[in-house]
Amino acid sequence: MMEEAHYNFAFLDERTKKMIRRATLKAVAIPGHQVPFGSREMPFAYGWGTGGIQVTASIIGRDDVLKVIDQGSDDTTNAVSIRRFFERTTGVRTTERTREASLIQTRHRIPETPLTESQVLVYQVPMPEPLFRLEPRRQESIKLHALAEYGLMNVRLYEDIAQLGAIARTYDYPVLVNGRYLTSPSPIPKFDNPKMDMNPALQLFGAGREKRIYAIPPYTRVQSLDFEDHPFEVQTWKHACALCGSRESFLDEMIVDDAGRRLFVCSDSDYCSDRRAAGHVGSQQAVEMSPAPGGAS
Amino acid sequence: MSAPVLLRAAGVGKQFVRGGRAHWACRGIDFDLCAGEVLAIVGESGSGKTTLLNLLAGRLTCDQGAVHYDVRSEDGWHGGGLTDIASLSEARLRWLARTDWGFVEQQARTGLRMNVSAGANIGERLMALGARHYGKLRTEALHWMQRVELDAARVDDLPGTYSGGMQQRLQIARNLVTQPRLVFMDEPTTGLDVSVQARLLDLLRELVDELQLAAVIVTHDLAVARLLAHRVLVMKDGEVVEQGLTDRVFDDPQHPYTQLLVSSVLMP
Repeated sequence: MMEEAHYNFAFLDERTKKMIRRATLKAVAIPGHQVPFGSREMPFAYGWGTGGIQVTASIIGRDDVLKVIDQGSDDTTNAVSIRRFFERTTGVRTTERTREASLIQTRHRIPETPLTESQVLVYQVPMPEPLFRLEPRRQESIKLHALAEYGLMNVRLYEDIAQLGAIARTYDYPVLVNGRYLTSPSPIPKFDNPKMDMNPALQLFGAGREKRIYAIPPYTRVQSLDFEDHPFEVQTWKHACALCGSRESFLDEMIVDDAGRRLFVCSDSDYCSDRRAAGHVGSQQAVEMSPAPGGAS
Repeated sequence: MSAPVLLRAAGVGKQFVRGGRAHWACRGIDFDLCAGEVLAIVGESGSGKTTLLNLLAGRLTCDQGAVHYDVRSEDGWHGGGLTDIASLSEARLRWLARTDWGFVEQQARTGLRMNVSAGANIGERLMALGARHYGKLRTEALHWMQRVELDAARVDDLPGTYSGGMQQRLQIARNLVTQPRLVFMDEPTTGLDVSVQARLLDLLRELVDELQLAAVIVTHDLAVARLLAHRVLVMKDGEVVEQGLTDRVFDDPQHPYTQLLVSSVLMP
């Protein structure tokens, strides 16, 4: 696609990029700490990843290879729009293959293929404050972070177990970064939380509306909060991916007919097609769900 | 009393500026509170009782004098003994406030977390101190529910579904769970009907006795002071006009204001 000549490289002006880079550096220096930055108006609506886009725009270079995913998939509206935006404003090469990408912007998933030291993962974050809804006062939550008083988060988890018998949080599951800062992992499924721990790639988080940037540097400890007698667990499925037969990946569940039959497929489209190319085959069939429910547990 | 001094107010005062004019909400207040002792602060509204309580609890900073507290020296923290609370770091003061102190608010809604269940309310302080075992937290919550005479079956209900008296008892349980040595209470029985007040007072008296709590109770209700307190501080216009043993002060008031206060209590 043609590169737009009327905009600066990667849309943002150089001063803005410098400001965002500075915030990003600070964020990397204090893992998990939310750094305020002067978020700009972007040609996207809030909620479409304006924070992630600004981070990507400020770190992308001409040699980068960009991959954009939305819920694990490369071909959903959001991913396609953002990819096209960067194609037009930077002219960099884009890819759908996790292995080839040097910069991956993601919404709500971490790729199944393990990341490497030469990759940067940029998350789009709607609400960076994990204490949001627990502590309504911004000033007070800043203080709680400063003094590392995070008992409140466990109050929320306690409440889940008391009311529902288990920790009900399945996405945006709170983590403690480097044993210090309580951090929102953005709305990724808790299935992906263990991938953040000691990940060799640099993980950057941008929240456009809330004007915050935070980061998890490579090889940083990331623990999911839990109770000793109710340890953190990830989702498991009774089914394999219908296309590639994988039992290890995060599965999307789709209702395919009026009888309520479900199709389980990998949410990570690149991972799935890789496996199919390598000769793995799934059942190719939707599954009957009755009588026992057999979805994510 | 021969018990060690737990809390010492030395010439404590607080100034507020209104309309460009400085005005002392309370000033020059001196007293010692020993471990296990209950002190009531009585006086009419606007006499600076609550301001004094907030100064003592470190919620406001003194403009005059200082508040000293016998900080426990354990937990690898140096410098036990009577310490000026203004010299403590904010982190340390907050730690103190949620372990060694309790604060029972006048409005239970202010002191409780209304959007989580009673059990979570009781467990909050423990979790803030690093308790990470659900079963034990739950046992503790149930234990304290019974201790303050709440129905243990309602441990998972939101405090909003409780009556006023139950909320107040829950607030007390939530404060006592870390076994504090000192509890501040701001009009704990105001806004409750008389029979509920009586039960709550009974409960408080029992707990204070059993747990050897020291307490500072702000109240305008002389009956509450009479029932709970060993000593009374009578305040008027921000100053202490009379202090002494409860029975002495109420049976033989010396200061004209105290005489007025005692004589104005309605008898049924």
